[in-house]
Amino acid sequence: MRLTCPLCGPRDRREFYYSGSADYLTRPATDDAAGWDNHLHLRDNPAGETRDLWYHETGCAQWLLVTRDTVTHVISKVELVAK
Amino acid sequence: MSQQDTGPPMRYSGFNVIRQGLSGNKGWTPAWRDPAPKAEYDVVIIGGGGHGLSTAYYLAKNHGLTNIAVVEKGYLGGGNIGRNTTIVRANYFLPGNSEFYSHSLKLWEGLEADLNYNVMHSQRGLINLFHSDGQRDAFVRRGNAMINQGDDAILLDREGVRKHLPYLDFEQTRFPIYGGLLHPRGGSARHDAVAWGYARGADQRGVDLIQNCEVTGIDVSGGRVTGVQTTRGAIRAKKVAIIVAGRSSQVAAMAGMRLPIESHVLQAFVTEGLKPVIDHVVSFGMGHFYISQSDKGGLVFGGDLDFYASYAARGNLPMVEHVMEAGMTLMPMIGRAKVLRSWGGIMDMSPDGSPIIDKTGIEGLYLDCGWNYGGFKAVPASGWCMAHLVATDTPHEYAARFRLDRFRTGHLLDEEGTGSQHNLH
Repeated sequence: MRLTCPLCGPRDRREFYYSGSADYLTRPATDDAAGWDNHLHLRDNPAGETRDLWYHETGCAQWLLVTRDTVTHVISKVELVAK
Repeated sequence: MSQQDTGPPMRYSGFNVIRQGLSGNKGWTPAWRDPAPKAEYDVVIIGGGGHGLSTAYYLAKNHGLTNIAVVEKGYLGGGNIGRNTTIVRANYFLPGNSEFYSHSLKLWEGLEADLNYNVMHSQRGLINLFHSDGQRDAFVRRGNAMINQGDDAILLDREGVRKHLPYLDFEQTRFPIYGGLLHPRGGSARHDAVAWGYARGADQRGVDLIQNCEVTGIDVSGGRVTGVQTTRGAIRAKKVAIIVAGRSSQVAAMAGMRLPIESHVLQAFVTEGLKPVIDHVVSFGMGHFYISQSDKGGLVFGGDLDFYASYAARGNLPMVEHVMEAGMTLMPMIGRAKVLRSWGGIMDMSPDGSPIIDKTGIEGLYLDCGWNYGGFKAVPASGWCMAHLVATDTPHEYAARFRLDRFRTGHLLDEEGTGSQHNLH
């Protein structure tokens, strides 16, 4: 599998660290216990299109928001998290 | 009655094998019926894999509930129970896990007599190797925990390991072998046979095993489950148990639930059949690698997850390469063996790496999932404890910590000690 990093181009999967669902991008309020459970643990875990966070560990060290299919492994979009 | 009556259940025995052999093997009867779904059951179990079938079996055997259906979208035992590395062990450390897997191993030891089915359970011994002083200390502690639980553990030094596993590369400088923790009662079993044995046992007690029947909806009314919608019609049920491994999130979503589960792919490999060469189950302490030899002769081995959410049932090459490298580092002799096939199973990964056997927020709806990459050895105890939960509405003492809400409450069961986060187990 390859991810096309917006800065570095198509690179091998081994250059990237998988962090998890894009749920990590929305932080709940500090006193929202249910929100934190959602944020950290509960997942839609779709069989199909998903959005998740990858870190280009041995490349440009950017966090990437990847839109891909969990069934076919087709990657449809890779964006920088930092605009 | 819609079921075909084939007379009293056939008992399997050596005598029967000879008798059938002499009469042209014409007298064997199907191991289970193929009934059409009834309109209503006391319990509907979603998922005809190892855990679902063992739950059905123990509901019937231990709790006298027989008006049960197991609904399976494919064929019985076609998921992870039919594709795993078949390791059976009770070498867990944490209270909560330790007693559960200990109970499971005891059930394994009586399983063939109980089911009247040869599951080829082989207690050939499991050796976990260690490669540093720190790792030895951790294994001493784990071994003591196993002994405290009443199970068996023997610490081997390097020469002790050499007696058991002379073919390892002891001389390497990168990962020198300091010793190993031997768990003599650990071993392996025939994966399919476990599903088939439980299926047959459940069927003989009156459980309807309904294949090619996909659940498409879960009916909930007033906070209580009332049945399921399936591709073979609606089935009413007083209680419904979701036991669907890698598909847990999809099925739970039918009841409006969002689970602490992320599905990942785990690859495993098998070589061509060889003469007996690896007598034990062996795991490498410095790379994620474990291996045993099947009774058919193939070397069965695997490694770690591919480490990204996937339902593809196939993995990627970096993990293939890693597993082969780890195997070659540990036992260079296997380089001569040709890999026959590899496969990827969909693992229901929980944030702390431990399972869930619990009630849900919906009355009458129960959940058994989160088996991560360790569900095979748990099949007997998972069914035992899940059946207890479904029948009595109280958690079994051996599964009392496998709570659905433990991530929110902080009562984690993090056996690896790596943290409660989806990408860490």
